[in-house]
Amino acid sequence: MTRTDPTDVPRPDAQLHFGVFFQGVNHWTIWSDPASGSQIDPASYARVAQTAERGLFDAFFLGEGLRLREVDGLIHDLDVAGRPDAITQLAALAAVTDRIGLVSTSNTTFNEPPDLARRLSGLDLLSEGRAGWNVVTTDNAWTGANFRRGGYLDHADRYRRAEQFLTAARAIWDSWTDNAVATTNDETWLAPDAITRVREHTAQFDIDLVPTLPRSAQGHPVIFQAGDSSEGRDFAARNADVIFSAHGTDFDDALAFAVDIRTRLRAAGRPDDDLRILPGTEIIIGRTEAEAAEKARYVRLEQVTPATALAIAGLLWNIDLADRDADGPLPAEDPVIIENTGAFGARRIADPRATIATWREQAEANGWSLRETVIALGPQRGHVGTPAGLAEKFAHFVRHGAIDGFNVSPYLIPDGLDDIVELLVPELQDRGIYPTEYAGTTLREHLGLRPPLTHRAIGTPTRKTG
Amino acid sequence: MSTFRLAVEIDGDGAHPAAWRRANHAPNQLLTPRRVRDTARIAENAGFALVTLDDDLLPPGAAPNIAGRIGSVERAGFVAAATTVLGVAPVVSTTYAEPFHVSSQLATIDHISNGRAGWLVSTTPAPEAARAWGRPVVTGDADQTREARDSVQVARDLWDSWEDDAVIRDVATSRYLDRDRLHYIDFTGETFAVKGPAIVPRPPQGQLVVLAPAALLPADQVDVALITAPTLETLRATAATTEAPRTFVDLEVALDTPTTTAAARVADLNQHAPWPNTNRLRYLGPPAGLIDLITDLADIVDGVRLHPLVLDEDITVLSRIVLPALFRARTAQRPLPGSSLRGTLDLPRPTNRFASSDRAASTRSSR
Repeated sequence: MTRTDPTDVPRPDAQLHFGVFFQGVNHWTIWSDPASGSQIDPASYARVAQTAERGLFDAFFLGEGLRLREVDGLIHDLDVAGRPDAITQLAALAAVTDRIGLVSTSNTTFNEPPDLARRLSGLDLLSEGRAGWNVVTTDNAWTGANFRRGGYLDHADRYRRAEQFLTAARAIWDSWTDNAVATTNDETWLAPDAITRVREHTAQFDIDLVPTLPRSAQGHPVIFQAGDSSEGRDFAARNADVIFSAHGTDFDDALAFAVDIRTRLRAAGRPDDDLRILPGTEIIIGRTEAEAAEKARYVRLEQVTPATALAIAGLLWNIDLADRDADGPLPAEDPVIIENTGAFGARRIADPRATIATWREQAEANGWSLRETVIALGPQRGHVGTPAGLAEKFAHFVRHGAIDGFNVSPYLIPDGLDDIVELLVPELQDRGIYPTEYAGTTLREHLGLRPPLTHRAIGTPTRKTG
Repeated sequence: MSTFRLAVEIDGDGAHPAAWRRANHAPNQLLTPRRVRDTARIAENAGFALVTLDDDLLPPGAAPNIAGRIGSVERAGFVAAATTVLGVAPVVSTTYAEPFHVSSQLATIDHISNGRAGWLVSTTPAPEAARAWGRPVVTGDADQTREARDSVQVARDLWDSWEDDAVIRDVATSRYLDRDRLHYIDFTGETFAVKGPAIVPRPPQGQLVVLAPAALLPADQVDVALITAPTLETLRATAATTEAPRTFVDLEVALDTPTTTAAARVADLNQHAPWPNTNRLRYLGPPAGLIDLITDLADIVDGVRLHPLVLDEDITVLSRIVLPALFRARTAQRPLPGSSLRGTLDLPRPTNRFASSDRAASTRSSR
């Protein structure tokens, strides 16, 4: 593979950013391998975060699910599950790491701004400016069954609530003037009039409080957003610092997404480079292409067990296929089309009939079983290759503006980042597309972001990133 | 009677509202990780079995005193990761918080600490808390008590909603979980309902140690009752009628330091703000008198929670003089490395309330 001429690209100085997503729930995390460790032992979290920090990753990222997943009213039992409260776990990691960002996925439907904004502020202070918040919404009563609020929030209202939530959170984060706490013991503890009371009276909130925390070293927690709908993308363009996208496997798809986001950013009155795009991905590394392909085959077979293949196909057909033969043909019947209840999280399949038609055609052409079809055509993401090959590919992606980096999901916990840190990172550094040290001490600095959106008058970019 | 144990409240700069004026650090260093870590480690090294972390959504004090406080759950997660034998119990109010979140947060602290977590249950009667949360106000003792009782019930049910061995990693059947060992709690109270199961596996202790002010909750919901009593006589009377498995007494202390008497330190701070009467037992004076008092308390209750006047000043005297004397005399003991907080308090690890039901009954919970 030849090296790209770095001057003949749109972003010759672009840098790749890595985050690590400790997933906790779903079939991508292999639990059957002897090297697969505990999903709840704090040592697993510390091991992943410290490995990522050794590899100069920008962020350690935790997901959230507020109800155990179910299929047809039964708790889904095939995948890893059972995970810590994100902010609490990240506060623990703040004590055993120094630089890496700590990003919590937290829901705006089943939280209240005064509480959640304060918890995120606390994490931001305990980590000295390394907190991030992946803003997610929920619209189903199924999750609401665990909460005081209960009930159902209309799909359209969930982003309205999220936006009003963010506005309230920002007001709370901005309520203390900077440097307001005394530096000696003979003044008043806080400068007079240093706190602006926060009153928010909107359709979703009616709050009136005196917040209890100052801004952190990075101003506000960094805002992440992962929604892929048109509404979600506009929400991100107005509010987010980072998009955790699903468009990072195919170059053309990634570039089209990035172009779309930049268009929306401009429409929201923000500069093109105001937001980082970090697709979620898996990275499977071998010392040779053959070794990488063999490893990928093993990973897919462990991820897509016969039972998981039937469960994934069952979601597509909306039929319980648990008693079918995964090594046999695809189900002969048509899918059952009903409204999604949210019971399996956000996994919505837009057009099952068209997807099934493609699956049938490919399975027939290649002689694939149901399981082989799911492995080849089912939920897919990731990059497979040698360290040098992957580094070339990622250089192409980032220099052409298709991505700003990846949020990497290790398929093994806790050692799944070792190959990336030890083999891939040096190749990336060799090509000048990966940092050789942390740019600063805060998550905002690592990502090269400007000050928070509410503070633009008082600052400039902390670092140029191409 | 169980082994006598020592706890200390480490929120802010001490029990006195103006304590920050005598602290060893600048006010703007209070809300930093270094301060949180150092205070917890001093308490751990001194031999305390437990630290509590006071909290509420409302400000901790009024001008000109401390106006800032990092959430107790976040501090507890951080402290749990920065210590190895110390018990850690955040104060979490039940009046407006989401019981499902509270349960998950506390279970997480127990996992982070490998079984050293507790929960000091509190209520928030101030009506401004309702406005701060943006929720309908919960007024009156009865309603406050109901929210506390139901929240503790839900948390305890959720902690048991995963049996200890729910993760089976059964390769032959491709199952990571045994869904028969997961349980819907189906709690329905007057003001909220929670379905379950938890999203966090059962805590290492099975159930966290639940601490609560005596008489707030039914005895069977509480592991440690905290007794507020202004005199030894009232303490004896209250302790005799408290049914919780363990009792601790709250004790405010101001000690003579090598350079200043307790009385002079209190007088100094009282120039700035009065030390409010909290109706707690209070001791001012030389360390020897405190050693004698705690020795007497050990005949009445299972432990004492100290509220030092000024953390930086009093905890130094406590760790250099008072605790060593109590340990030498075997009046009290340090927690043992590797012990859970339940173990330290001689509390058994509870059986799971759902596991005793036979497997036929669990069919209900797997649907």
